[in-house]
Amino acid sequence: MSATIEQQEQPTSNSKKMLTAMVGIGALCALLIVLTYEGTAERIAFLKQEALQNAIFKVLPGIEKTRAFYLDKEGHFQPLAENQKEATVVYAGFTGQGELAGIAIQGAGQGYADVIKVLYGYNPQKEEIVGFYVLESKETPGLGDKIEKDEVFLSNFEAMDVKLNADKSQLVNPVTTVKSGEKNNLWEVDGITGATISSRAIGNILNESTSEMLPIIQRNISELKIQ
Amino acid sequence: MSTVLEKEPPKKKDLSTDEFIKGLWKENPVFVQVLGMCPVLAVTNTASNALAMGLATAFVLLMSNILISALRNFIPKQVRISSYILIIATFVTIIDYVIQAISVELHKSLGAFISLIVVNCLILSRAEAFASKNTIGKSIMDALGMGVGFTFGLLCLGVVRELLGSKSLFGFQVFPDQFQDWIVMILPAGGFFTLAFWLLVFNIFKSKKTSS
Repeated sequence: MSATIEQQEQPTSNSKKMLTAMVGIGALCALLIVLTYEGTAERIAFLKQEALQNAIFKVLPGIEKTRAFYLDKEGHFQPLAENQKEATVVYAGFTGQGELAGIAIQGAGQGYADVIKVLYGYNPQKEEIVGFYVLESKETPGLGDKIEKDEVFLSNFEAMDVKLNADKSQLVNPVTTVKSGEKNNLWEVDGITGATISSRAIGNILNESTSEMLPIIQRNISELKIQ
Repeated sequence: MSTVLEKEPPKKKDLSTDEFIKGLWKENPVFVQVLGMCPVLAVTNTASNALAMGLATAFVLLMSNILISALRNFIPKQVRISSYILIIATFVTIIDYVIQAISVELHKSLGAFISLIVVNCLILSRAEAFASKNTIGKSIMDALGMGVGFTFGLLCLGVVRELLGSKSLFGFQVFPDQFQDWIVMILPAGGFFTLAFWLLVFNIFKSKKTSS
């Protein structure tokens, strides 16, 4: 009799023990993660903002001031207030005299491993991409991540032709990625051997983003003012 | 009473250094136990990636060993593996945030591999085989030894692969421009070649030592 009672009792006390252990450890782990998150969130946000600011100056050579604008529902640019979050944000860069020198635009698209986020500089007078920077990517180290470092690849974006047609509605020549060494025109991206998918992804991201954003920018360029 | 107290500390100390040394050489996680091969092969294409990955893994190993050893009498054995994974995943998340807070650049270069520390069998095996059965002090020494041994192993591979694959070391060019990069060394296949080479070297060394 006593043996059966013991047998019956043991599983319940065991599962209680297991439950307390798992819940206890879970709570402890959650607490640790929350504490770390709280402790680092401000610094991470600050570093990311700083990295973005640095990237803006990198993709728009020769600018001295920047100002962020967002695209409102009517398709017009409005100045972005601090801590304001909007879906489409562009960063206008100005010279020391306050003239618009270029616009930094973010683009994103699927790469080989994960979504690649890039920032590129657009010169509205010359209608060229003048700079390019990868903000976020998880491409294969040593291969796909050449899109961030490879000098030949990055030289594609020093004066890339993104001219719009006469009524400013779409690109004259879509941005395309070609095989390494086969670039003949200024709107083509010279691909990387060993990083075909990643370099093609960059071409697609730029093509999509420029086709969407450049007509809007050209239409509303007078709204991008320093003050 | 006093003699017992005097006798015990040195004995403990000897054991602890033993736990530390064994991870470096006799039970080196990469070259002897051949554990955690996924990061060993994947992240070692440059020396700095290898170093950062080794240190991040060592941190997770150390912290999870401490916590698991502290809770070893509290965790029922039926749910021990899930508890260990939970604890390991927590410290991986923590190191992910910490690396982001230290440098966005470093976080960018390690990318997806940080989250993969969770499934590094080295950490789980030390939790199961050592930390769950030993005191916190011993577990710390074990984790430090294994962590340093693992970092050393990754560095051995990373140095060779970066030198031959991109003629540089820690990002600084070592070989002249005429040197033709061995592209295969930075590809996954190069990881296997280099690992095989180091295993060969270690085993030759070991067999010589035992025969002499």
